[in-house]
Amino acid sequence: MSEAERADLLLQIYYYMRLTRAMEDRTRTLFLQGRIVGGVYTAQGHEATTVGAAMTLRDGDCIVPQHRDLGMHLVRGVSPRAVMCQWLARGNAPTLGRDGQLHIGDMHHGVVPMISMLGESLPVACGVALVMKMRRRSTVVLASCGDGATSTGAFHEALNFASVQRLPVVFVIENNGYAYSTPTVKQFAIEQLAQRALAYGMPGESVDGNDVLAVMEAVGRAVAHARSGQGPALVECRTFRVRGHSEADKADYVPPALRQEWLARDPIRRFEEYLTAQGLLSAERRREIEARVRSVVDDAVAFAEASPPPDPATVADYVFAPDGPIAIVGEPDATDPRYVNALDTRTGRPFCTMSQVEEAVTQL
Amino acid sequence: MTAVTYLEAISQAIREEMRRDESVFLLGEDVGTYGGAFKVSAGFLEEFGPERVIDTPMSETAIIGSAVGAALMGMRPIAEMQYIDFITCGFDQIVNMACKMYWRSGIPLPLVIRGPAGGGTHGGPFHSASPEAWFFHTPGIKVVMPATAYDAKGLLKAAIRDNNPVLYLEHKLLYRLPELREELPSEDYIVPLGKAIIRRHGRHMTMLTYGAMVHQCLKAAEQLATEDGLAVEVVDLRSLTPLDRETIKESVKRTNKVLIVHEDTLTGGVGAELAALLAEELFDYLDGPIMRVAAPDAPYPYAPPLEMAYLPGVERIVAVARQLAAY
Ligand SMILES: Cc1ncc(C[n+]2csc(CCOP(=O)(O)OP(=O)(O)O)c2C)c(N)n1
Ligand SMILES: [Mg+2]
Repeated sequence: MSEAERADLLLQIYYYMRLTRAMEDRTRTLFLQGRIVGGVYTAQGHEATTVGAAMTLRDGDCIVPQHRDLGMHLVRGVSPRAVMCQWLARGNAPTLGRDGQLHIGDMHHGVVPMISMLGESLPVACGVALVMKMRRRSTVVLASCGDGATSTGAFHEALNFASVQRLPVVFVIENNGYAYSTPTVKQFAIEQLAQRALAYGMPGESVDGNDVLAVMEAVGRAVAHARSGQGPALVECRTFRVRGHSEADKADYVPPALRQEWLARDPIRRFEEYLTAQGLLSAERRREIEARVRSVVDDAVAFAEASPPPDPATVADYVFAPDGPIAIVGEPDATDPRYVNALDTRTGRPFCTMSQVEEAVTQL
Repeated sequence: MTAVTYLEAISQAIREEMRRDESVFLLGEDVGTYGGAFKVSAGFLEEFGPERVIDTPMSETAIIGSAVGAALMGMRPIAEMQYIDFITCGFDQIVNMACKMYWRSGIPLPLVIRGPAGGGTHGGPFHSASPEAWFFHTPGIKVVMPATAYDAKGLLKAAIRDNNPVLYLEHKLLYRLPELREELPSEDYIVPLGKAIIRRHGRHMTMLTYGAMVHQCLKAAEQLATEDGLAVEVVDLRSLTPLDRETIKESVKRTNKVLIVHEDTLTGGVGAELAALLAEELFDYLDGPIMRVAAPDAPYPYAPPLEMAYLPGVERIVAVARQLAAY
């Protein structure tokens, strides 16, 4: 990678971290204004982990993100408009108003829709990876979960299954100190969650989840391991949930000093300092990036606000998929409209989770 | 052509679909080297290799969850539960992950979950389950239960080709019953999901049933014919979801009396919904109460005298049918 390419890449990472924060800040405002009817989960402080992890991926790879992983979605090309339509429960949201939050996905672009039952996405990640292995692909699945979700049976079944089957899965644990109000000391009795890897016979490491370059290095190693056919790997990203569990949670159970300590390690500010010290982020450059972030967020909110609510007459629709041929996702003609899974057959239109191709990230 | 058992019919369906479509594969506990606890997949590993006949760890959540992941990718996995009782260990993957997937994301999920269900084999409380009501109640999954070898093969093929999660319940008591041996068509066929079949025609009452109880009802109908001169119609539902409301209603409109028979427990069972449907839609046609024969509201017992008392059988069906006929 040339110097110029490296500079572009670093600024792209910075852009996605800023975009993630700004999208969530705006989401919070919408919530406080009463315009979002359901629960809102944000992830201030997770941006280095979510953006950094996703930046290690390529075309054909797949993410299996969870509720605090907006950064992963955005890096992989999920549309900010689609995200805002989800928050505002619009009829043209990817779930057509059936579900909220970041519960969205598009298999043709490697995004698996999560459910609220945390941990349950991990076995599904194994199934996606199983197909990659069967089809002799060199692609990988990156699946995340929180510290709390590591206590579910699904987490343990998935890690074991992935290891026994030598599946190309990278498990990223976002250890943010809490699961709702439960601190990690009440969640598990080991030093580091990376040690879980040992029990299942896969490599595991812990990394500073607030250092985006360190995250990229560690997850990059895990991805390389998985891509080489050696089976799964695990990375624990140690970060902190500096806000409440949801925007309705004051989180007064978190010791203020601890919170302050982590606020001082804000991943975006740290990366800014790094970029500035490297001479890559001039004040002008920063203004440009801020302007771009702002316009993307404004556009997303405006688009969502102008979008229609779902039609109540459709309330019982879409329970079953229609008959017809199904394509194996990732094969050359998989988006040929003759396949039932090529388009969103609920609407007869393309899936609307992803941004236009030109907006989507391409790894430099 | 040789007559095959219900079990062989299931085996044939999977084998033929795996030959026909490279996206079909089987995963579960002991399905490979051992050929499955009941030998449904005997010989499969040799024919299809370990990537399409996957011996998994003892992890129902991982089995069903990875089947969901593979189905998201456009494959047509068949996830075997060693006994259907263990489906509870993967319940969330079905009711929350699989059943809501297409509805909320537009991504179809062509997935079959299958396994041996039902009692009568001294399996006790953990190897005799009839779990259909849980899934019958849940939108987003089709539920089928064949009663004959012909249907076992045809329904399974239809389930594999369907673009939705399908729970395919095999009644293990029927697996090797000699009297269910049947010569099956040599050409490819399916039994469409959502179509009931009238197994015996009659004008005095309709018995609505499915699974192993079809055979109990047929025996009861025969006895009622010879001893009471009653012409009993027996409808084998075959599919619970989608439910063939048309065939059910058409039959009841002719017979005006309904006896619902299932092996599952009474309260909140499939029969409760059938009764509600008929009460709502065919009230004017009914010449007697809608009656039910089902297992008592207790867990499935082990000791033979208890098991005998628990399972609905010909004697009880005949007794209740006589009460109904007296109206
Ligand atoms: C299986 C399951 N049980 C309970 C909940 C309710 N719940 C929502 S978030 C949460 C805590 C999650 O903690 P963690 O996995 O650490 O993720 P974090 O929210 O900290 O990112 C709980 C208990 C849930 N979503 N899923
Ligand atoms: Mg947490």
